[in-house]
Amino acid sequence: MIDTFRAGVLVKPYERLSPEQVKSLDQASLQILADPGVWCYNQRAAQLFKDHGAQVQEESGTTHRCWRISFPAGLIKEAVAQAPSALVLGARKPENRLWLDAEVPRVYFGTGSEANIWIETEVEEFVSVRDGQTTVRVPRYKELRGTTELLSRAASLCDKLEHLDFFIRPLNIQDPGITTSNHDVNKFFASLNNITKHVQAGLTDLSALPDVVRLAEIVAGGQPALLENPLISFIACVFKSPLQIVDDTAEKVFAIVESGLPLVISSSPQGGSSAPIQEAGMVAQINAEILAGITLTQLIKAGAPVLYGSVPVRARLDDLHDLYGCPEFNQYNIDCVQLARYYKLPCYSTAGVGDAKVPGLQALFEKLFTHLYMAMTGAQYIHYAFGLLDRTNSFCPLQAVLDNEQIGKIKHCLRQPRLDSDDLEDALQMVKKVMASNHRLFTRHTRKAVHRGEISTPYHFEAKQMEDKVIEKALNFMTQLESQAAPHLEQHQVEAIFAEIPGLLPNLKKFSGDNL
Amino acid sequence: MNPQALRIKSINYQEESSVNHQELIEKIAFNVIQGRLEAEDEGFDAGLEGQPAVTELMQQALEQGVDPKDIVIGALTRSMEMVGEKFERNEYLIPDMLASAECVGAAMEMLAPHLMKAGIKSKGKFIIATVAGDLHDIGKNIVAIMLKGAGYEVIDLGTDVSVDRILEAVREHQAPYVGLSALLTTTMRVMGEVVQKLDEQGLRQQVKVLIGGAPTSTEFAQQIGADAYCKDAFQAIDKLKTFKS
Repeated sequence: MIDTFRAGVLVKPYERLSPEQVKSLDQASLQILADPGVWCYNQRAAQLFKDHGAQVQEESGTTHRCWRISFPAGLIKEAVAQAPSALVLGARKPENRLWLDAEVPRVYFGTGSEANIWIETEVEEFVSVRDGQTTVRVPRYKELRGTTELLSRAASLCDKLEHLDFFIRPLNIQDPGITTSNHDVNKFFASLNNITKHVQAGLTDLSALPDVVRLAEIVAGGQPALLENPLISFIACVFKSPLQIVDDTAEKVFAIVESGLPLVISSSPQGGSSAPIQEAGMVAQINAEILAGITLTQLIKAGAPVLYGSVPVRARLDDLHDLYGCPEFNQYNIDCVQLARYYKLPCYSTAGVGDAKVPGLQALFEKLFTHLYMAMTGAQYIHYAFGLLDRTNSFCPLQAVLDNEQIGKIKHCLRQPRLDSDDLEDALQMVKKVMASNHRLFTRHTRKAVHRGEISTPYHFEAKQMEDKVIEKALNFMTQLESQAAPHLEQHQVEAIFAEIPGLLPNLKKFSGDNL
Repeated sequence: MNPQALRIKSINYQEESSVNHQELIEKIAFNVIQGRLEAEDEGFDAGLEGQPAVTELMQQALEQGVDPKDIVIGALTRSMEMVGEKFERNEYLIPDMLASAECVGAAMEMLAPHLMKAGIKSKGKFIIATVAGDLHDIGKNIVAIMLKGAGYEVIDLGTDVSVDRILEAVREHQAPYVGLSALLTTTMRVMGEVVQKLDEQGLRQQVKVLIGGAPTSTEFAQQIGADAYCKDAFQAIDKLKTFKS
């Protein structure tokens, strides 16, 4: 346990499944892992599973070497029990660290995906064709390819968004100078140099891991400091659904676990194509995949810090793309949260994605529908929650600002009730006092609660007249936030990083105070 | 906020005890701004509970013979102006504003006999009522508190008040202002009856009629012959200033 960490919101979990249903899904997953088992394309992992009692048989007639693994239930159960139930995700500022405890439903929200497109917003004025005079201001959107500069902007903006708790790089960097080998150091540096919250990403190139870890050590103040305050962590989608362990991702899992840094074992099957669309089948399968992935981490190193990463989605039946913001998405996801709680594993969950291509009513509906529902489950770490549009294909900073307002309200809504004896005594005294007055108004007695931050404020982007100014007002607010300096690292840290870490783009060499 | 930070310069200090008087006046002003009526009240700032507030300080000021006029000008008027400025800057919300106005209203009630003795008049009597058939009084009460805080002598007739009772009060108090409130479309028409009866009984010229409440509007005020529609307490205060000038 650490003494300083972000508050998130502690909720009373809404549960969809009964304890018996959770157990039967667990049993179904274990049966899947026994028969048909999983198809493992990584020899080292297959050998490790075999060494610990799994039945392993090489498949014949496949293009790539593949081993069929049949897990005994005991192996999975023992391995999963070794994974820590609580862990710290560090941050440059101690107050921005996260404390994830599987047995405490404290919810954090952050970004996610690695979108190729950045959506820039401008407001343009149009004149009515009817009278030639009446004007209306309308948002216009421009698509840009992701770059290190834009990722830096995203990180800096997200640092200032009050309700954003962690930063998963939301944008794929595609500058001309970016290659597979320097992709990782540039995305981690662009993020770490612009945000003081936890930074997480997938690893593009296994060989970049030592440089990424060294980069983080310089920021943290050395190797022991980084392990104590792991200000970066990783995501590995080790399973390609259905039930196939990917060769190169499995190698990354070995390396990341050996580094001692936290890792999300994430799986994202699509109900209707790579998994059953029916709730029972989908959840049993994704749970089996995640359990097998977590088993791998614990066999590599018992006690390795790991998150149960569930991203179950549903297929649209008109084009077989992912369909977020629908009832089944919530159903699948809440089941996974309950399963993670059953295994005492912190849960990396999902909310805030939709099909909408631009900010607006559709985006609001799709996002609110999942933001609120998933927060109610008590999932510890909800990703994809800020700025995503067009499923996970675009990141729009304006949308992140809108999501921040929405998530702030949700966090407020789900706060624990204040009903201790002092609160009730205060209330009784207040009622007596007000009823003894001429006007019988409680208005002045709201002040203590207001000043303690207990009373929510109106929607930040509301309009007072018969108009909708949400986009324009959010854009103005974003401009204000972006006018504040980015929280760059100190000059000596940046110099040390550029001296030691190869492949960093020169445009990223910015440090605290250099923009004054 | 520190009481010493307040600079109230419009006071004549002629007595030897004026320093103590000035301190008291500043403390009253400070507590008006903090919206603290009684010692047990919390203020806008934390940690003030238990310290003397407007009621206790007013009592002390009157016992020590502080000039009521200095209290009105130095402690109440200026501080309420500062509260208004804070509200304009979004530093204060309605509850803060109301708490301060309630302090001024209570202080004015304590001062009333002394002001009368000194021949100082209020800004005028304001009769306020929710009209017959209507029990809604939140808006009416807020307006009453704010008008008291602004220095008017408010005579609150309550809710579900008949036309005759309103006319009787106008006549009895010789009030120059009447404020009528209604929340229902079915009761707002009573406002028109009040205006009509004031006219019939020869009282219309001596009284300005202000109306307010959710279903009312400027158009409705014009339609029934009222002098002003006020969308909230602040607009009521502004309208009253225009009548005075």
